[in-house]
Amino acid sequence: MTERFDILVVGAGPAGAAAAACAAESGRSVGLVDDNPSAGGQIWRSGGHLPEQAQTWLARLQGSTVTRLQGWRVVDCPAPQVLRAEKTGGTERDGYCADFGYKTLILATGARERFLPFPGWTLPNVMGAGGLDAMVRGGLPVAGKRIVVAGTGPLLLAVAAHLAERGAQIAAVCEQAGMARLVRFATRLMSEPGKLWQGAGYSMRMGPGRLKMGCWPVAARGDDRLRVVTLRQGAKQRDVECDYLGCGFHLVPNTEMPAMLGCQLADGFVVTDAMMRTTVTQVYCAGEPTGIGGVDLSLLEGQIAGFAAAGHVAQAQELARRRETRLGFVRALEQVCALDPQLRKLAAEETIVCRCEDVRFGALRHRANWREAKLHTRCGMGPCQGRICGAATEFLFGWGADSVRPPVFPARVSSLANLPGGSADADTRFVAAGALSEHSKETA
Amino acid sequence: MPETVRSIVLTINGAVATVAPGTTVAAAVAMAAAATRTSASGEPRGPLCGMGICFECRVTIDGVPHQRSCQILCAPGQRVTTAESGARGRR
Amino acid sequence: MSAAYDVVVAGAGIVGAACARTLAERGLKTALIDAGVVGGGATAAGMGHIVAMDDSPAQLALTSYSQRLWRELAPKLPDDVEFDACGTLWIASDDEEMAEVRRKRGVYASAGVASEILSAEMLAVEEPHLRPMAGALLVPGDAVLYPPCAAAWLTREAVRMGAKVLAPKRVTALGRERVKLEDGSELHAGRIVNACGADAAQLTPELPIRKRRGHLVITDRYPGFVRHQLVELGYLKSAHSVATDSVAFNVQPRRTGQLLIGSSREFGAEDATINHALLSAMVARTQAYLPEIGDLHAIRVWTGFRAATPDKLPLIGPWPEDESVFLATGHEGLGITTSLATAQLLASTILGEATEIDATPYFPARYAQTEGYTNGKASTADVPAAEKSHA
Repeated sequence: MTERFDILVVGAGPAGAAAAACAAESGRSVGLVDDNPSAGGQIWRSGGHLPEQAQTWLARLQGSTVTRLQGWRVVDCPAPQVLRAEKTGGTERDGYCADFGYKTLILATGARERFLPFPGWTLPNVMGAGGLDAMVRGGLPVAGKRIVVAGTGPLLLAVAAHLAERGAQIAAVCEQAGMARLVRFATRLMSEPGKLWQGAGYSMRMGPGRLKMGCWPVAARGDDRLRVVTLRQGAKQRDVECDYLGCGFHLVPNTEMPAMLGCQLADGFVVTDAMMRTTVTQVYCAGEPTGIGGVDLSLLEGQIAGFAAAGHVAQAQELARRRETRLGFVRALEQVCALDPQLRKLAAEETIVCRCEDVRFGALRHRANWREAKLHTRCGMGPCQGRICGAATEFLFGWGADSVRPPVFPARVSSLANLPGGSADADTRFVAAGALSEHSKETA
Repeated sequence: MPETVRSIVLTINGAVATVAPGTTVAAAVAMAAAATRTSASGEPRGPLCGMGICFECRVTIDGVPHQRSCQILCAPGQRVTTAESGARGRR
Repeated sequence: MSAAYDVVVAGAGIVGAACARTLAERGLKTALIDAGVVGGGATAAGMGHIVAMDDSPAQLALTSYSQRLWRELAPKLPDDVEFDACGTLWIASDDEEMAEVRRKRGVYASAGVASEILSAEMLAVEEPHLRPMAGALLVPGDAVLYPPCAAAWLTREAVRMGAKVLAPKRVTALGRERVKLEDGSELHAGRIVNACGADAAQLTPELPIRKRRGHLVITDRYPGFVRHQLVELGYLKSAHSVATDSVAFNVQPRRTGQLLIGSSREFGAEDATINHALLSAMVARTQAYLPEIGDLHAIRVWTGFRAATPDKLPLIGPWPEDESVFLATGHEGLGITTSLATAQLLASTILGEATEIDATPYFPARYAQTEGYTNGKASTADVPAAEKSHA
């Protein structure tokens, strides 16, 4: 009763969209499952102007035979070559949960921001840089609002530029990396087709002097929401009144699903060969989970995985050679975004580190490892399953990740058994495959 | 979405809110100047990640608690309630 | 390097931690060793249900004694132990099970355990999310706690009374008054307590302990969805059938508002992976009692290993094969409940003092191979002949 595909792609960002389109154009039956309301992932999020590259790929996806399972979140792997997904935000009584079978799987699960705890970071209107951008694309008006963008990485300038376009006053963009490091990177960037970091252009649009290097927030204050951010640059410290703070310290890969399926990780990233094959048979991985490299590299990896999974090896190999030349960029980006050790001192004793369970820095500081912290303080035991505090404690204390337990995202209890909700019916029932794909295909 | 739909009317904590099509529930809640939830120790919280990862944007939608409002679009007639504090169960 | 102790306790699960605390309290120079995190094994995997159980007179004696010890200790427990005297409701789904409720009440009364029969109407008021049921037996003295923090507190108490904690240190061998550690060091102790749960047989070969895997689910916070630990009366039948895999309805309200959903039991499964068929059956069983629980969000599913003995009673006391070795293991699904009683019986036995309840039903001697020690009270005959295997 499970809907089956030759190739199932998880994640409809650049890597997943490219993988699905290429695989479908090769004549395979392809399913593309993604948990957001529309395709594009985080970087090509709808609700605003999309770059031409995004429009091209999304149109190509639209015109393909790919079965787009938009608004479905993968939660479990209940059997070999089967993924179970839930309809996001669904309140209907049926069609909550479905199983999707595959012969080959391509994981394009993307990345999330790394958040570092500092006093006041839990106040409403302190968000991630990408998080704030997503809220704005989701309809939050920022015209006339004073905003500080902070953290590290190319995302900051892109976000600041977009917010400025929407009429926000950018009070400051604070990059934790020092100028020297950025100059070294910029030199490299000149030789790259760097759509990723159109830094020069952005910083000109914001106006000179807004970009602060070697600068970061040390505290946020307010009442029921953010009012003031304290910024530190070297020995100087100053308060900036603002409505929003968008603060993210570069990206961490979403590797929970690959890890649950048994894919080998190295230094936190999914290990693949040149064809984007993971260490698990018939499972490919493309995009940020293999290394944070931005849109262009994700597109390349998606295409390689799509073609390779569809058996078009020659095309995949040609693209793999192009990918090879860009891997240096991943390392360069990693170096420039390397976190300043002083950021480990941002959190005070009372600063909350685990936002789900409200576990404070002082309760964690003396713990031996992640497992002890989890068991004895509940850190990482809430619904985010350690996705937010895990990346923080990795930096703060050097703790490694634990094994991934299903569900890979919180899921309805009945979904664990693929049972209908609100029923005492013990029979296992499946959603009819035909009805499902009709129901869930995007209506443009 | 048909062209004729110009705005969506929903309620947030009982108050009527009008938003453009394509607006997420998280954005609608932020516009209504409400925190999305109350934390385990009683702090008001708002969205952090904007992408369904952090669970700070959880609200109750049409009586169903713990919905990630950043990944759900506003729909006509939706009833959104915020400040769930480990929200009371099903009713 | 070598250090001398009166007693070395191997294994800092809740049983080992409780033993170390009581031994230290009785003035013995005690060390507690664990390979990992205190309370990180079966203790962390379990539910944390303090429950009087009446599968056998010996089981009822031990669980009711220990339930009382927990109640006495409760005022001293720190907040993070999350002790909640919510009581247990044994749910009867039909008239036949209501007859069992009445029988059970009599048995509990004879052991001094208070209980109260609830009619269908009273039960519906207490637990409105339950499907209509025939009634229930309320055991108000039962409770719930968070086991890893309980083990951590017992360990801190042991340290406060002079015990030494060595963790993480892996014990590679024990016996003949010596404990060998993976780092090459050796400890000397007049008495050694093997409290290594399901792994105890690795250090004391020939122990009749088998791993019995269980699954648990934890939900997001839904305060008030259920108010007592809810257990189906059929639990006795299904959970205690030694030979077959089984599921039973068993839902626990955590003080956080979260719900723990159990339970499953299976033999022959030695890895931590999820058995989705058994998980499905467990969830279906739960929905049969609490239809609306299906709509709640599950955060995590995990497995753990109970240390099961053939007669469903723990091994507490001297191990006849080695005068220096004592056992405190084999508690199966009742280690959280019986940890405090285990510690009392063990300490008194080691010190040659009188015990508050008869300790002999739990003596490991009932399984010893040595001539003269086998008392014939229990046999290993009811161990299933063939193990089921799960892919």
